[in-house]
Amino acid sequence: MSLIAFWGAVELGLVYAFVALGVFLAFRVLDFPDLTVDGSFPLGAAVTAVLIIAGVNPWLAACVAMVAGAAAGIVTAMLNVRFKILNLLASILTMIALFSVNLRVMGKPNVALINADTMLSPFYGLGLRDFYVRPLFIGVLVVIAVIVVWRFLESDAGLAMRATGANARMARAQGVDTNRQIYLGMAISNALVAFGGALFAQTNGFADVTSGVGTIVVGLAAVIIGETLLGARGILIALIGCVLGSILYRIAIQLALSTDMLGLQASDLNFVTAALVTFALILPRLRRGGAA
Amino acid sequence: MISVKNIQVVFGKGTPLQKQALNGVDLTIEQGSFVTVIGSNGAGKSTLLGVLAGDVLPSAGEVTIGKTDVTRKGTAARAGLVARVFQDPLTGSCGALSIEENLALAAKRGEARGLTAALGPKRREHFRERIAELNLGLENRMGDRMDLLSGGQRQAVSLVMATLAGSEVLLLDEHTAALDPGMAEFVMNLTQKIVSERRLTTMMVTHSMRQALDYGHRTIMLHGGEIVLDVAGDSRKELQVEDLIAMFRRIRGQTLDDDALLIG
Repeated sequence: MSLIAFWGAVELGLVYAFVALGVFLAFRVLDFPDLTVDGSFPLGAAVTAVLIIAGVNPWLAACVAMVAGAAAGIVTAMLNVRFKILNLLASILTMIALFSVNLRVMGKPNVALINADTMLSPFYGLGLRDFYVRPLFIGVLVVIAVIVVWRFLESDAGLAMRATGANARMARAQGVDTNRQIYLGMAISNALVAFGGALFAQTNGFADVTSGVGTIVVGLAAVIIGETLLGARGILIALIGCVLGSILYRIAIQLALSTDMLGLQASDLNFVTAALVTFALILPRLRRGGAA
Repeated sequence: MISVKNIQVVFGKGTPLQKQALNGVDLTIEQGSFVTVIGSNGAGKSTLLGVLAGDVLPSAGEVTIGKTDVTRKGTAARAGLVARVFQDPLTGSCGALSIEENLALAAKRGEARGLTAALGPKRREHFRERIAELNLGLENRMGDRMDLLSGGQRQAVSLVMATLAGSEVLLLDEHTAALDPGMAEFVMNLTQKIVSERRLTTMMVTHSMRQALDYGHRTIMLHGGEIVLDVAGDSRKELQVEDLIAMFRRIRGQTLDDDALLIG
């Protein structure tokens, strides 16, 4: 693997760290199996791309993308909480609806951002080579996101959200409006995912309606790899695990695809992903079996 | 103070399994009074507790806690008025959170929850002191996950949780039923201590007639969704467990007779 390919993998891992953080909030904190992310990731990309082309400031465009993602999360939450649709099914409905929404937002399946100003533009040409600038820049944003999510989950409000996912009956007896927590959690989760999509569009120079396929698997893979490596040792460690898992996942994929020996090609990506996630799921079991 | 007026609760209305769980229950519990509730399975004890807690909304009647009409308020909306310990130790606390996180959650019962750190140094110290009073050695395990504790330890912590934030009433739902006899006694003594120290208006549902007579100021027996016995003061002091059992038998016999009449 070349240096550029390695840092490219790190960069993509950091972009998807936002997805991993969102997936962690939904699956682990709220215990809500949310597939909306397959739609909210390209939604974030689409909104950002269209706005940037329309001349909007790229930071503002990313913020609007987050609002759009939050709205998508709220729709899923509403289908579940208000209309009592099974959580998984509710998220699938939103996800497939978003495919059409994303096409409408972009007006075509693919929008290119070549030569447009992005959040990264001011940092290119400061002396560092581009393939260092991108992971460094995104890395700083990831660190900020981890700290914010961590402080939130350890606050009174965050504790209420964690209790909602872990023991809803107890949470209600403690005065927590569990329905509101689901709305709030799904909004934050999908806002993070959409921000990941916004970054994806700005670093890769395009938004594509199909770029969302399998986002949930990638996010979940990152969460599970993180848990497997770092174990359950508190919120901060779990969040760092999400980021680490996301980066390692990308490096593993890059390794698998760039090793000629295995004879894999780019189209084998989804199979490799499934194999990796399966391995990460089985590994803790194997370890326990070995210890016993 | 608790006041319920003419409460009607019907489960499965309009289905073949329709059941009148509470039928016109009237009950007033004065400020600071400790009432025990007994009754056979299906008598309506848990439903009455649910009506007070907000889990069950009555089809008719009025529920007032303190000065607030809570008839139409759900569990979360009235949590500021109601502290509660569940029968199942797993229900009343959050296994995935640490002891101190559970306490932090309970300390904010019924209040707005902001972005302040849930476990600042001051709160930590306060929680530690409260848990140390239990003399269970748990003050050295504040960061341990709740699901590492035994059922009895969890109930003891749940009692502390119930008193961290102010409340109008304390509801105890057979909270010693799942414990071994030694731990059940410990938790009951703790309950007694907390209730009398804090002068809490308390309602305790129990299966144990012994507990029903030994604790509190007043005992109520429910049957078929109605109050069939309500004793306090001297007449309660003279009451023995045997008397209660005899009463239980008589009531059951009566319903059998009624059924026989219906069938005949």
